[in-house]
Parts: sequence; C-alpha cells; structure tokens
Amino acid sequence: MLLIPCPWCGPRDEAEFHYGGQAHVAYPADPGALSDEEWARYLFFRDNPKGSFAERWSHSAGCRRWFNAVRDTATNEIHAVYRVGEPRPVTP
Amino acid sequence: MAERRSPAAAFADRFATASKSGALTLAEIPFLRQINVRVDPESPAAADLGAALGVALPVSPGTAVRSGEVTVAWQGPDEWLVIGPEGYEAEPLRAALGDRHGSVVDVSAQRTTLLVGGPRAREVLAHGCAIDLHPSVFGPGAVAQTMLARAQVVLLPQQDGFLVLVRSSFAVYLAEWLLDAATEYVT
Ligand SMILES: [Zn+2]
Repeated sequence: MLLIPCPWCGPRDEAEFHYGGQAHVAYPADPGALSDEEWARYLFFRDNPKGSFAERWSHSAGCRRWFNAVRDTATNEIHAVYRVGEPRPVTP
Repeated sequence: MAERRSPAAAFADRFATASKSGALTLAEIPFLRQINVRVDPESPAAADLGAALGVALPVSPGTAVRSGEVTVAWQGPDEWLVIGPEGYEAEPLRAALGDRHGSVVDVSAQRTTLLVGGPRAREVLAHGCAIDLHPSVFGPGAVAQTMLARAQVVLLPQQDGFLVLVRSSFAVYLAEWLLDAATEYVT
C-alpha cells in the first residue's frame, strides 16, 4: 500500500485515491482542426517512463480534490505533490 | 404520511446492549441538520456566511470550529459541512450567500451520525481506520474525511469519543462492523 501525501489532507492510504494518468496533457487549443491521427494521439498516447513521472491523483475518499504528484514508476517513491495549476517542481 | 426512520434505527437495542459494559458507547444520533457550503474562502460572500454562522469558515485543512450548537467542518479548500441540531435552518445561510457564486445545500439525508464514545472508542475505530486517531493529533477541533472499514466517513473527534458521519446506505453495514469490532471490549 502506498502512502500518498494529499496536498490538503496529508498522508493517506492509497485506497483513498483514484489515479488520473499523466499530468500536464493540455487539451488541444482547436480540437476541430486536428486530424484523426492527431486526436488519437492526444486521447491515447502517454509517456511511459521508468523513473520520475508527473501524474494526476484524486483524493476521492477524502477532500475529493485533484492534484499532481511526481512518482518514481520503478520505486513508487513520491518525490513531490503539488496543486493543480502549479508547475511541475524540480525533483530528482 | 410515511413515518420517518433513521438509517440505523434498527440497531438501537444492540447499541444499548454494547454500551452497558462502560468500555464503549455506541448510539445513533439521527436527523442532524447537515448543510454543504461551497464558496471562495477569500470572497466577501465567505465573510458574510461566517457572520451568519457566528464563526468564520475554517480555512486550515482538517479543522472544525464550533458556534453554539453548530459545527463547521472543513471539507476542501472551498467546501464546508455545517452540522447542527435538527431544527437548525439553512435559510439564513442561503440568504447570506444571496445570488453570489457559491452554494448552500441541505444534505441532511445524505448521512446519519453514529456516536462511538467511551474509553475504548479509539481502539474500536482503529480496527478499520488508517489515520492516527490519537488526541495529540486528532482531538476536538479536528475533522477527517477518510475510510472506516472501507466505508467513506467523516470523523469528528469529541471530548469523549468520535462522531462518525456515514452515508445512509452504508449505515447498516458500518453499524454491523462497529458491533463486530467492539466484541472484544464489551463482552
Ligand atoms: Zn485530500
């Protein structure tokens, strides 16, 4: 079980959270102008690094707020959590 | 007109029996007024709501403040739960917000309230709750939205024990779980 530090509530069990995939994937400025391939790339293509990964989490059984976390996908170490709208902090 | 029944009404006798040992108090506190308030905490509307409540909306995560019989519990950076006696009315809060951006919604039917009190209250809850319930970090003035036995709850520590606000549809499950968790302390 991961202990995930919600930026509002503090450390809580992983079971209180929902995972939201990669963070900082911007909605296309003009979706109608995209080709099918470009739209599919926006919808389905995500990074899959071994190491630090910025991702979205929702504290669904607590304060129900979305936030971002930088997690090491190999060790599960969480290097940083930060609120939606804040830039990704510099982490190892 | 249909008779109103609280979600854990059927447990009154078993709660009373479990409370006889003195180690634990279990009871339902039915029909408390619960009002969900959402507003930008920096806005003039938030200040007006605070004035109507008699206490400023608490902005520190995990804190709850009291104003007379009413508790105002932090639920999120722009969300609070106001808990009062059955007769407490939402209308003055609605009037304080006016037509400004925000919401005041009576959610009393969403959850019922269980009291888990007595010397063993903390141990019983700890059977199914991962957060630290020790009074040094979670005493009166705190609030937590978390999971108890995998059911979503709002925990409000009191001078003696805890109020456990649980969704009406989960109340029977949680009441059964509490009685089971309490077995070793009450028999
Ligand atoms: Zn939270």
